[in-house]
Amino acid sequence: MLDPASIQPAVVSIPAAIPSPEFAWAGLILLLPVLAAVLSTICGARGVKGKLPGAITSIALIASFVTTLMLFLRLPDDAPRTVHLFDWVAFAWSGTAPNTSFLAPFALYVDSLTLLWMLFVTGLGSLISIYATEYMEADVGKGYARFFASVAFFLFAMGALVMGGNLIVLYLGWEGVGLASYLLIGYFYTKPSAVAAAKKAFIMNRIGDLGLALGGFLIWTNYGTVEYDALFKAISSGAAPAANASAWGAWAIPYCLMLGAFGKSAQIPLFVWLPDAMEGPTPVSALIHAATMVTAGVYLIARMFPLFSLDPNALLVVACVGCLTAFVAATIGMAQYDIKRVMAYSTVSQLGYMFLGLGVGTTFGAVYHVFTHAFFKALLFLCCGAIMHGMAGQLDLRKLSGVRTVKGFGIISWTFFIGCLCLAGFPFTAGFFSKDTIIAQAFASGNPTFAWLGWVALFTAFLTAYYTFRVWFRVCAGPQKYEAGDEVHSHDDGAHDAHGHDDHGQAHGHAHGHAHGHAHGHAHSHAAAHAHSHDWHPHGPRWAINGVLLVICIGALLAAVPSYNGELQHKPNWVETMVAHSSAASGIPSHEHAAHGHEAGAAAHHALSFTGIEDVHTATSVVASAVGVLGICVALWFHLLNRTAADKLRAALLSNGLTRWLPLLLENKWYVDEIYHAVFRLPSWFLGHVLHFLDKQLIDGLLVNGGARVPVELGRLFQPLYNGALQGYAATMAGGIALIAAWVFWIWMHGG
Amino acid sequence: MMPWTTSLAATDAQTINAALLVSALLFTCGLVGFLTRRNMIIMFLCTELMFQAAALALIAFGKVHQDLSGQVFVIFILTVAAAEAALALGLVVLLYRRRETLDSEAWSELRETS
Repeated sequence: MLDPASIQPAVVSIPAAIPSPEFAWAGLILLLPVLAAVLSTICGARGVKGKLPGAITSIALIASFVTTLMLFLRLPDDAPRTVHLFDWVAFAWSGTAPNTSFLAPFALYVDSLTLLWMLFVTGLGSLISIYATEYMEADVGKGYARFFASVAFFLFAMGALVMGGNLIVLYLGWEGVGLASYLLIGYFYTKPSAVAAAKKAFIMNRIGDLGLALGGFLIWTNYGTVEYDALFKAISSGAAPAANASAWGAWAIPYCLMLGAFGKSAQIPLFVWLPDAMEGPTPVSALIHAATMVTAGVYLIARMFPLFSLDPNALLVVACVGCLTAFVAATIGMAQYDIKRVMAYSTVSQLGYMFLGLGVGTTFGAVYHVFTHAFFKALLFLCCGAIMHGMAGQLDLRKLSGVRTVKGFGIISWTFFIGCLCLAGFPFTAGFFSKDTIIAQAFASGNPTFAWLGWVALFTAFLTAYYTFRVWFRVCAGPQKYEAGDEVHSHDDGAHDAHGHDDHGQAHGHAHGHAHGHAHGHAHSHAAAHAHSHDWHPHGPRWAINGVLLVICIGALLAAVPSYNGELQHKPNWVETMVAHSSAASGIPSHEHAAHGHEAGAAAHHALSFTGIEDVHTATSVVASAVGVLGICVALWFHLLNRTAADKLRAALLSNGLTRWLPLLLENKWYVDEIYHAVFRLPSWFLGHVLHFLDKQLIDGLLVNGGARVPVELGRLFQPLYNGALQGYAATMAGGIALIAAWVFWIWMHGG
Repeated sequence: MMPWTTSLAATDAQTINAALLVSALLFTCGLVGFLTRRNMIIMFLCTELMFQAAALALIAFGKVHQDLSGQVFVIFILTVAAAEAALALGLVVLLYRRRETLDSEAWSELRETS
C-alpha cells in the first residue's frame, strides 16, 4: 500500500472498467436527443405550425430516459464499464513514455455516478420538455421548433458530458451544453437584455472552459492518457508522473479543473452569469440553469476526485469557495424582488453547498444534494414559470399576493410550497438530508477550517429558509392581489407575438391595485392591439404544466427516501452506495471501506453511521432543523403576518447612516457586476479605444495611407515633365542615357 | 565565354573599331533625327536607324568575343523589327486618318494633366 508518511491521503483503488460491447445500445441515450434535435430543426425549417417539435422532443427524451433506466436495471454489478461506440481521435507516435499516443474514442464510461446523473438528467429533461410543450405554446412556429431543437441538443451534450469515457468527450459535452445554454438564454433574441445575458453566460463560461482545457492537457502530459479508466489506473497504481511532466504541471491539474467547474457551476468568481441567465424561457431555467447543466462542475470534480484527493489544499480551496458562494448568493437572494432571480441566487447558493461538500470530503453529500436539488429546484422554477405564465409575465413579488386562492393556481401553490420546504431544509425533506450530510461532514472532519465553514453553512441555511419562504408567503399566501405583467395576451386569439414573453423584472409603474387584474395601458405590448387585452384575467395552467409539477413534486419528496432507508432503517442509502462504487469515492473512506480495515487518517473523518461519533451528525440535524424553522418563522412574520414591518425595517436601515450599506449592498448584489465592470470592462473598453486610436492613426494613417502618399507626391513632382511633346520625352531619355554613359566613362577613366 | 575564344588579331581590332564607329554614327543620326523631326514616319525611320545601329554593334561585339550569339541576336532583331515595323506603320496610318496630319504635335493632348 501507500507510504503512511506520504502527505497524500489514502487512495482507494478504483476497479478497472470492464469493456462491455454488449451495452452498445446505451449509445441510444445520446442518439435519441440528437435525432430529436435534427427533426425539430427540420420542422422549423419546413415551417411546421404546430406542437410537433415539442412532441418529437418529449418522446425522444422519454425514450432516452427509459433507455437509461434499462441500463441501470440491466447492469449486473457495480463495476464501471466502458462501452466503445466508435473510434474518434486516435494518434500514436514514438515519443517519450507515457506520451506515445493520444486516444479519445467516442466511448461511454458507465458507473454508478454516471447512472445517477443520467437518471435525473434524462428524467427531468423529459418532464420539463412536456411542461414546455404547454409553456411555449405562445411561440408555436419557428421559435417553438428552435426551442425544442436546442433543448434536445442540450440533452445530447449533457449526456456526452456525463457518460463520455474520456476528457475529450466530456469536453465536447461541456462545450455543447454551453452552446445550448447560450442559444436558450438568448432565445428572445430581439430583446437586448436577453442577448446581453446570453453573451455574458457564454464569455464567463469560456473563462472556466479554458481551465478545463488546460487541466485536460496537463492530465495528458502527466499521465499520457485522457481516458478515465487508464487515468484512474495510473493514479491508483501510484505510477510516477511522466518524465517530461513538470512538478507544477501535476500540481496545477486540480486547480485548472476547478476553474472549469467554477465557471460551469457559477461559483465565485464566475457566478454572475447565472442570475442573468434567467432571461431564457423558464423551462430552460429549470432544466439547464438549475437542475442539470450547472451541476456539471460538481460532476467534474466528483469524477476527477482521485486527482483532487491527491492534493488536500485543492479540496480546501473548493470548500472555501463553495462556502463563500453559498453565503454571498444567499444574502443577495434575500433582497431580490424578482422571484426567478431569487431562485437563481438560491441555485448559486445551493451549488456552493455542493462544492463545500466536495471540499470537505463528502462526495456523497455533494452528489446527494445535486440529486435532491435537481428535483426541488426544477420544481421551484417550474412553479415560478407557471405563475409567470398565468400572470402575463409578472415576477415581482411585491405585485403578487395570495395567488394560492386564485382559481387554477392551487396545484402550483402547493407544489411550490413543497419545493420551498425542501429548499429551506425543513426537517425530513430531501433538501434537509442532503444539506445536513454536507454540514455534518464539515463539522465531523476534525479540520478547524472546515468547522468554521460549517458554521457559515449553518447560517446560510437560516438565510435560505428565510428567502425561500419570503417568496412563498409574499406570492402565494396573504390577501389575493395581483397585477398583470407586461405581456398581456389573450388566449383565444392565436396571433401572439413571441418576443414580449418572459419579460420579467421590467416592472412598469402602474400601481392601480387591481382587484381583478384588469390590465391597462400596456402600450408597448404587442397584444395591446388585441381587442381582448383590456379584459385580462390570470389563467391557470392546463394538464401538461400541472401534471409535470405534480410528478416533479412527488420526485422531490421521494428524493428523501434513500435517507429514510439510511437513517431510520439502517439500510445503506442507495445514493451513498452508488457514489461509493464510483470514482468519486476515491480517497474517501466510507464505512464500507473502513470495514475493510482502511485506517489511514481515521481521526480526520467521520463515518456517517454505525460509529461512536454519530452524535455530530445528529447534532447537525437538530441545529439545522432549528435554523431552518427559525428562518421560516422570520419569513412568516415579515412577509405574511406583518408585511409592513419588512418595509419599515428596510426604511429604518436605509435612513441610518451606519446601516445603510446593508440593504444597498444586498439589493445591488454586492456590487459584483459593478466591480467587474470597473475592473475588467472599463479597462478593456479603455484599452480598446486606445488601440482603436492607434490603429486609425498609426497603422491606417501613418503606415498605410502615409506609404501610399509617397508615390503620389513623387508623381506630382515629376508630372510637369509629361507635357505631351514626344520629342521632349525622347530628349529626356537620351539625356538620361548620356548621363549614365558619362558616369560609366568617368569611372572607366578614373577607376580602371 | 565559349571555349574557342582566342585573342584578336590587329586587323580584326581595326575592323571592329570601324564597325563600332559606324554603329555610333548611325545611332546618333537616328537620335538627332528623332529629336528634330515631327513627321511620324520620319521619326519611325529614325528609330529603325537606331535599332540597326544596335544590331551592327552586336555583330561587332560578337566578332570580338568570337561568339555567334551576337549574330543570333541580330537575326532575332530583324524578325522582330519586321513585325514591329508593320505594326508601327499601321498605327501611323490610323493616327493620320484621325487628324489628317503626320505631325506628332497633333497628339500632344495625350500628356499628363495636372
